[in-house]
Amino acid sequence: MKPAINTGEHFITGDVACAEGAIAAGCRFFGGYPITPATEITEHLSARLPGVGGTFIQMEDEIAAIASVLGASWTGVKSMTATSGPGFSLMMENIGLGICTETPCVVVNVQRVGPSTGLPTQAAQGDMMQARWGSHGDYEIIVLSPSSPQEIFYQTITAFNMSETYRLPVLILADEIVGHMSEKVIIPDAKHIKTVSRSRPKGRKDRFKLYEPGPNGVAPMPAIGEGYNIHVTGLTHDTKGYPAMTVDTQKEMMARLTGKIQNNLKDIIKTESYRLDDAEIAIISYGISARTSLSAVDKARRQGIKAGLLRLITIWPFPEDQILKLAEKVKGFVTVEMNLGQIHLEVKRCAGGRAPAFLVGHPGGTIISPDTVVKVLQEAF
Amino acid sequence: MAKKTPKHPLDDLIRKDRIPHIWCPGCGIGTIFSSCLTAIKESGIDLKKFVMISGIGCSGRAAGYVNLDSFHTTHGRAIPFATGVKLANPELNVIVFSGDGDLFAIGGNHFIHAARRNVDITVICVNNFNYGMTGGQVAATTPNMAKTTTTPFGNPETPFNLPLMAYAAGATYVARWTMLHSRDLTESISEAILKNGFSFIEALSPCPINYGRRNKLKPLDQLKLYQEKTIIKNDAKPTELDINFEKGVVLGKFVDIERPTYGDSYNKICRPDKLE
Repeated sequence: MKPAINTGEHFITGDVACAEGAIAAGCRFFGGYPITPATEITEHLSARLPGVGGTFIQMEDEIAAIASVLGASWTGVKSMTATSGPGFSLMMENIGLGICTETPCVVVNVQRVGPSTGLPTQAAQGDMMQARWGSHGDYEIIVLSPSSPQEIFYQTITAFNMSETYRLPVLILADEIVGHMSEKVIIPDAKHIKTVSRSRPKGRKDRFKLYEPGPNGVAPMPAIGEGYNIHVTGLTHDTKGYPAMTVDTQKEMMARLTGKIQNNLKDIIKTESYRLDDAEIAIISYGISARTSLSAVDKARRQGIKAGLLRLITIWPFPEDQILKLAEKVKGFVTVEMNLGQIHLEVKRCAGGRAPAFLVGHPGGTIISPDTVVKVLQEAF
Repeated sequence: MAKKTPKHPLDDLIRKDRIPHIWCPGCGIGTIFSSCLTAIKESGIDLKKFVMISGIGCSGRAAGYVNLDSFHTTHGRAIPFATGVKLANPELNVIVFSGDGDLFAIGGNHFIHAARRNVDITVICVNNFNYGMTGGQVAATTPNMAKTTTTPFGNPETPFNLPLMAYAAGATYVARWTMLHSRDLTESISEAILKNGFSFIEALSPCPINYGRRNKLKPLDQLKLYQEKTIIKNDAKPTELDINFEKGVVLGKFVDIERPTYGDSYNKICRPDKLE
């Protein structure tokens, strides 16, 4: 067996760092389908997984890839897939199955430009709303966004930990630049990597109820083959897991599926502030655009504009409280993102008219330059 | 109604708290399901090590009635879900129980690839020639000129020959029976469970409410067809297995070969140091 954790300093791409993060997190099954710019995650795991006792398979399409991941997860194995826009669209129905059946797994979307085939080798952040609402029906989801290869390494571990804690698919919304750029990535010793595994049921098997929530609102999860005789369905189901076509069961199930996220927002929502304490203008950004924004803050400050940055690490659930608090004290918001205004609309909603919200957007294909951001700061305020 | 119902030999394999089932009077799924349960029981394998995975449709409800670890997945995706289960825990005996619409229209791509890879799972397809659950629409198995709610003038399409497709894609075990041939069917499922490789069994079933009604096939007449217009011919050529009741429908075991499974090949090629 090869070492599961490649401790040391590396000069690697975000995609490879993501794959290494997955292995460090304990991922031992990957069902994938190649697509630019996420292919390198799939390639790297095809080489790495068998050496650490894991299994890799390239499925026939992205629908099959996510289906295989859900199946593998129910055997008790941490599982993942990675894709980009078109594949992400194909995965949507089974992401919903994962949410409904409370199946832990990680789905990475290294975003490229859409709609449709778009610009496959160029970056965008156009799938942010799809990540939130892409599968049909109502639900809560956890979505993280990394700004660097180093961060995607840790974030992949966090994504697994959150998926195991809250029993749902956790999505990583990276972008082509973070996925393809090479930077220094430090992989720590195993003892410095905190991994979480799903809680397992205890007590009598004949009295076991598949979806009876534990203290944090999440039910312990058995694996196939342990003798629990579980039934798992995408139909509306009761705490036993049995389909029940009633309004009350739907209400109860939805309360559980949404409550386990809404009641743990403090644990799930992660943001990072830069020069925000005395800021008059709050830049809201994430992913590669947050690095543009970091530089824009410094440039603006040199010109006497009191700008600061709130970098969103967790995108969904959305940090509503943070935005609301900022809205009470700043003159306005500027959201920087490589789309035509997706998170911008959320910022506007949360600001609730207390402060104006502007967008520095881009239809995708190239990074937003810090100067473009500074120009908007100069003109808008 | 009598308060005490006699114990059925398959009772322990049924979730009795989920009965009555949804299947219509005259439907063959229950009989095929019973054959499957009998085969599971007779295999002598630890029941904990079985898992049944279904897609969507009438047959897809089987997973909800079997008292084993069971999964009712999305439409067409039972096979890739099962592939993940089997590869992540090769100790499990994985049975996919689903219908023709689910496995061969929306899920057709997954079927051929699982057969090609020779994933060690058993796929049982209840073929009732239409989409029963949604009220009787045309399927990839509906005979030419048959009437369904979406082929009101007759089906202009040609149906799949399922055993031929399974054979061509690389399945290592292929058989076809009707729900009337329940002993043969049970025996085939038993063989398929023990087979180390991708096994496929097509089980023909009447759908009197949605298919039979529109095609002048009364439930009993259809059983008569199964009795009188079928020919048992093991090792028949897969190309001769088109379903045509005028000509006679060929039943039997058509393929039973050995070929390395995906799991075996993966271990041999990707992790040779794990082998003895």
